[in-house]
Amino acid sequence: MSERTIERVRIMRSWEWARPVRPVRREVLSATPELEEGQPLLLFVPGFGHGAWAYAEHWLGHAAERGFPAYAVSPRGHGGSGPAPEANLRAYAHDVVQVAAGLPRQAVLVGHGAGALVVAHALARYPARAAVLVAPVLGGWATFGAALRRNPLGTLPAVFGGRLRLSRRQLFSRELPDADARRHAARLGRAARRAQWQLLTGADPEPAVGRPPVLVLGSPDDRVVPSSALTRAARRYGSAPLLFPGMGHDLMLDARWREPIDAILDWLVKHPARDDRG
Amino acid sequence: MPTPTEHGRPDPETTTLARSRDGRPVSDRGDTVCVIGAGASGLTAVKNLAEHGFGVDCYERETGIGGAWNWRHDRSPVYASTHLISSRPFTQFPDFPMPDDWPDYPHHSQLLSYFERYADHFDLRRHIWFGTEVVRVEPVEDDRWDVTTRSTGGYGPERTSRYAAVVIANGHNWSPKLPRYEGLEQFRGEVMHASSYKDPAQLRGKRVLVVGAGNTGCDIAVEAAQQASHCWHSTRRGYWYAPKYVFGRPADQVNDTLLALRVPLRVRQWLYHRTLRLTVGDLTRFGLPKPDHRVYETHPIANSQLVYHVGHGAITPVPDVGRFHAHSVELADGRQIDPEMVVFATGYLPRFEFLDAKILGDDEGVGRPRLWLNAFVPDHPTLAVAGLVQPDSGVFTLSHWQAVLFARLLRLRTTRPERAAAFANRVRAGAGERYSGQVKDSTRHWFEVGHADYLRALERALRDLEGK
Ligand SMILES: Cc1cc2nc3c(=O)[nH]c(=O)nc-3n(C[C@H](O)[C@H](O)[C@H](O)COP(=O)(O)OP(=O)(O)OC[C@H]3O[C@@H](n4cnc5c(N)ncnc54)[C@H](O)[C@@H]3O)c2cc1C
Ligand SMILES: NC(=O)c1ccc[n+]([C@@H]2O[C@H](COP(=O)([O-])OP(=O)(O)OC[C@H]3O[C@@H](n4cnc5c(N)ncnc54)[C@H](OP(=O)(O)O)[C@@H]3O)[C@@H](O)[C@H]2O)c1
Repeated sequence: MSERTIERVRIMRSWEWARPVRPVRREVLSATPELEEGQPLLLFVPGFGHGAWAYAEHWLGHAAERGFPAYAVSPRGHGGSGPAPEANLRAYAHDVVQVAAGLPRQAVLVGHGAGALVVAHALARYPARAAVLVAPVLGGWATFGAALRRNPLGTLPAVFGGRLRLSRRQLFSRELPDADARRHAARLGRAARRAQWQLLTGADPEPAVGRPPVLVLGSPDDRVVPSSALTRAARRYGSAPLLFPGMGHDLMLDARWREPIDAILDWLVKHPARDDRG
Repeated sequence: MPTPTEHGRPDPETTTLARSRDGRPVSDRGDTVCVIGAGASGLTAVKNLAEHGFGVDCYERETGIGGAWNWRHDRSPVYASTHLISSRPFTQFPDFPMPDDWPDYPHHSQLLSYFERYADHFDLRRHIWFGTEVVRVEPVEDDRWDVTTRSTGGYGPERTSRYAAVVIANGHNWSPKLPRYEGLEQFRGEVMHASSYKDPAQLRGKRVLVVGAGNTGCDIAVEAAQQASHCWHSTRRGYWYAPKYVFGRPADQVNDTLLALRVPLRVRQWLYHRTLRLTVGDLTRFGLPKPDHRVYETHPIANSQLVYHVGHGAITPVPDVGRFHAHSVELADGRQIDPEMVVFATGYLPRFEFLDAKILGDDEGVGRPRLWLNAFVPDHPTLAVAGLVQPDSGVFTLSHWQAVLFARLLRLRTTRPERAAAFANRVRAGAGERYSGQVKDSTRHWFEVGHADYLRALERALRDLEGK
């Protein structure tokens, strides 16, 4: 059994009930197939600084072309969603669960970067049909160490509440035309200070409800998430990561964006809706 | 014959034919679990059992989901103005939140649409037969159950299916409790139970007596204050009329802040009394009796308007009813009043007519089962009751976790039988346990639970079961 499921289910949630997260305007972008073919429905969650736009570039349309209804949410303070300078991880996970519960069917949650941590938290509050963690940044000081080594000037200010700056070269491979890389990098925003801090010091996510199968994928050449972190993340969910060499951290925007999304969709087709792990 | 308005599942395909004790054919449904009722508790049972890999057949005598919250149902106790008394975070299922831009206390029509969405989102309707009433549930060998159904209204033949387990989620707020009074038959005015009260127009221009100060009685008294030509409100004791908001927040959220800080009951009671004293004030000056108990010792009332209308003189508080005469009602203190209409908001009683009362440990057959965690049945490890709770918060979170615990128990019966056996011992030892502080003796408190005490006990049960 994975270490996750050994954690305890928490039923009494007084703090959560006593302090509900405030509503906010949430941006949801979508692409749906012309013909409903009964394929699983996907909800994409961007990482810190990114918005739903990151998926609208290629992945949403591609998933829809292959028959999968695809949605992407911008957590508060990101993309076109309402501002939220005081947001924490709980508020981001809340945004994801709110959107997921509003969809017509049980959704597959796909999180990228720190969005994967948001998804891991959301999984404890919504029984997703499955989950996919793309180049997951699951937090902790190890993540911070890696980021610091590779990009000290961009990372250090984040510790003091400043903006976490990821360089173009961390996010994209050299295959991506410079103009595209610049265009994407110019759209990057920032996560709220508290959420950034929780990425380092926050509590581990509670166990997932509804036993969703989880797929982890990433690139061994990712300059934000080292391979060892990918392996660790996959092991948490009892599997091994799918690897896409030669790609940068932003797999959905990089030149070869098609390969990982195809792998995700193939996995969903192959995978039974809910496996019968005992 | 009722026409199913919802697209439920087609007739069950008959598999192996077995015979019941009296020789009727029984279709064997194998490992499938039967759920009785598609109200909120039944829906969450279906969802959680299916999520744990079980086949599920759910029978619902009405033509739609939602139980009490579906106002189209004959037996629905909700009236046009019903809003929740538990605020949103306490009312929603723990893994399917209501939209966060809904009001703190949503309207009953919003609740129904929430359950509709829940059913659609998790594709639950394919498990449900609508317009089908369960008339008998009988234990057979190997802890299995024969469930006999027929179309609602008694048309058509009965059919019996054999199940691996049964969840009873038939609700306990639909069968009216009507007290008996001397002279009631002679009374010439209109008499109704709150269950048939739907719309304030029913009260317009009349002299109305409302009996009972549960949440129903208080809501109806408030409407009578605005619609009727006169409103008397009769209670047999004094109560704590708590507002829906304190310190600018929903009152239950303030209370759970204290629970999160593990403030003991006595201290919470004291704080509550102080708060009411400072905000609502001393109610005896309006002629309301002084409460004969501490707060939380009767099922909480959440109503900000009752006291307000008493203060306007639009509600006259009166004591218990003594007896009825042809044209008047005599109160316990000897006073006579002359209402044209009497609404009994005296609550509801549970009913399990399809089951031998002894199975639920209700040896006197009064409708009061003896269970553990209000859900698990001694010596019947494959039977559970969902939603038989009256919490000081929403019911649905409790029903959800009951269903999760039962689903995991059923799974462990095959994978770890020794754990299931230990659980069975626990059920036997713990039957009848209570999960609240002291409460006043009344049928309405048979299933009263404090949500914190109850959920903590359930959390422990889940951990013990799975050995973590
Ligand atoms: C006016 C009012 C307001 C309330 N407000 C709140 C509130 O704010 N918050 C809260 O949490 N609770 C509230 N309640 C309590 C309410 O009982 C629960 O909210 C909820 O309805 C319980 O759901 P349930 O599924 O257990 O029962 P029900 O909703 O009663 O559903 C039971 C279902 O079983 C079906 N059934 C019964 N017998 C059979 C049979 N033999 N065969 C087939 N089907 C059968 C019924 O048709 C029904 O659909 C309120 C109750 C009332 C009366
Ligand atoms: N807005 C809402 O969301 C809402 C509205 C209504 C109801 N509800 C819920 O629905 C459930 C049922 O509520 P309810 O108000 O219908 O019923 P209830 O809580 O059982 O209240 C019944 C009332 O009638 C009185 N009563 C009972 N038998 C009596 C008798 N023989 N003689 C005189 N008085 C008698 C009770 O007094 P004693 O206290 O002395 O027993 C009590 O005041 C509760 O869980 C309630 O919270 C919610």
